[in-house]
Amino acid sequence: MSAGRAIPIARRLRHDRMLLIACLSATTLAVAVLSALLISVFIQGLSSLDWHFLSSYASRKAANAGILAPLMGTLWVCAICGLIAVPLGVATALYLEEYAPRTRLRSLVQLNIANLSGVPSIVYGILGLAAFARCFGAISTDDPWTLGSPDSLFFLQLPFGRGVLAGGLTLALVVLPIMIIAAQEALRTVPKSLRHAALALGSTRWQVVWKVTLPAALPTMMTGAILSMSRAIGEAAPLLVIGGVLLLFSVPENLMSDFTVLPLQIYNWAGRPQDDFHKIAAGAIIVQLVLLLLFNSVALFIRHKLQRPLQ
Amino acid sequence: MHIHRRLPVLLGSLLATATALGGPAADDLKALKGTVRVDGSSTVFPIMEAVAEEFAKIAPHIKVPVGVSGTGGGFKRFCAGETQISNASRPISPSEVALAAEHKVEFIELPIAYDALSIVVNPKNDWMKQVTIEHLRSIFSSGGAKRWSEIDPTWPDRPMRVFSPGTDSGTFDYFKEAVIGKDGSMRADLSVSEDDNVLVLGVQGDKDAIGFFGLAYFEENKGKLRAVPVVGPEGAPVMPENSTVNDGTYPLSRPLFLYANAKSAATPETAAFVDFTLAKVAGFVDEVGYVALPANLLEAAHATWKARTTGTRFVKDGKKVDGSMMPASK
Repeated sequence: MSAGRAIPIARRLRHDRMLLIACLSATTLAVAVLSALLISVFIQGLSSLDWHFLSSYASRKAANAGILAPLMGTLWVCAICGLIAVPLGVATALYLEEYAPRTRLRSLVQLNIANLSGVPSIVYGILGLAAFARCFGAISTDDPWTLGSPDSLFFLQLPFGRGVLAGGLTLALVVLPIMIIAAQEALRTVPKSLRHAALALGSTRWQVVWKVTLPAALPTMMTGAILSMSRAIGEAAPLLVIGGVLLLFSVPENLMSDFTVLPLQIYNWAGRPQDDFHKIAAGAIIVQLVLLLLFNSVALFIRHKLQRPLQ
Repeated sequence: MHIHRRLPVLLGSLLATATALGGPAADDLKALKGTVRVDGSSTVFPIMEAVAEEFAKIAPHIKVPVGVSGTGGGFKRFCAGETQISNASRPISPSEVALAAEHKVEFIELPIAYDALSIVVNPKNDWMKQVTIEHLRSIFSSGGAKRWSEIDPTWPDRPMRVFSPGTDSGTFDYFKEAVIGKDGSMRADLSVSEDDNVLVLGVQGDKDAIGFFGLAYFEENKGKLRAVPVVGPEGAPVMPENSTVNDGTYPLSRPLFLYANAKSAATPETAAFVDFTLAKVAGFVDEVGYVALPANLLEAAHATWKARTTGTRFVKDGKKVDGSMMPASK
């Protein structure tokens, strides 16, 4: 297309329309597949949802089965994951964006973080098993160092064993790269002029970060937190390596307790040939979706509360 | 049992009494706490699922997390002392015994049921009336037949799809040893799943499929699949059924085991769990479609447990031996 030669207006408008149609059909396809999936899950699973389903343990008879143990397991593990990954991710992003000198070392770290977000989660599972559950074999798992009574809420031991703490820490490893990258993107959206203005008024770097940059970036960071938690709640592979439990008749009572999670329970039920188990698997999927929405609404609430115009 | 309630004795001695009477004392189990970690064979999982569910009702404060890492994966954890109970669909192997010794783990070996492998095909398969071990070998070994007609010219000239449980499962190990032998290898183009249920779905959906798995899964899915009679040493085809497994005529059957950590067996929670398992296992075995042990074998297992006799009958001086299923009794 040589410069200067005018394209007929009709053709330009046709191109415009074609792009619109292409984008619209891509969107429709994505939404259609998602809704087909959701509708089939809801049709299959809605009938199994009741209080009994939420408040009882698994059973070999589908009609008696519930999801109490995996539901509580997911809550514990995801709460630990969020409490660890979000502050760590934000702090790392702050350092990389606001403090770190732009050296080759920083580029290397940056490249590695980007790569780590693409590592299959099962690899983190194996790492978590070695590091958290077994402490690299430095302390025997037969004879752990313990603190407190195993029945108490504050029971701790080293190595952590295959409990909720090891699970939550491993999930935090899985989502940390995503959280860091999202938080960095959020910090980059804060105009330089705000920082310069604050520095010009004699603020220290810490004051700039705490009073200016972080509040301005936090709402966008919450989007990163939502993405990270969505990933965490759906992970099955690393937790299968860490916990390895498919059937449990108890709920976690401290950080060292054995656990199972909803994706594992769904996998276990959906893999059985009996239709009744497929139905309760669909029910568990609905619960997981609701849980995800609840998690996300907390982040949305914080985002809404903090959102302020940047003037 | 009212005598027990009147006696203000220690929990331990109460349990000993209960064990001696052949059943756990219900009231005392309610107060017991602790964790009994169970892992191992996916074949034994349906039995353990039933045991753990019923045990949780009578002993709500004892936690019993059940994993399904396969027999080999379960032994890896058990021999490192991570679990109290390991389920197995084959006896412990010499290398696993060595691993246990390395970690100073002693164990008690208890047979709990028989499992039979069933050879299954799609119900629409009307040509395979019976199968010999040689047939199975040419279907499942490496470089095996690609089309049905390669095995028997009277069978249709159509491609064959072969399903198998995962290589980590005891079911796979057992089939390989019984059909192919130690030195051969299974074909590479198997459709493999660690989950027997995926195999049921696979064979159910394909007329040209053949696969194998435990009799339990066949019993549960009788309408969806057809079991093929296997020709025994006497030359007659034998259907996989309780009676043929128990009298030993069905060629593809094996015992299932529960291994208990001997150190843990001294704790009340593990003792209560194994007591309960041995007392109730015959009923659950029926429920999930395995074959219960004959009475004398179950008696012998009770005796082994009561005496806490450690060791295996299947490994001697670091080598695999053909142990008798009859456990030693003191």
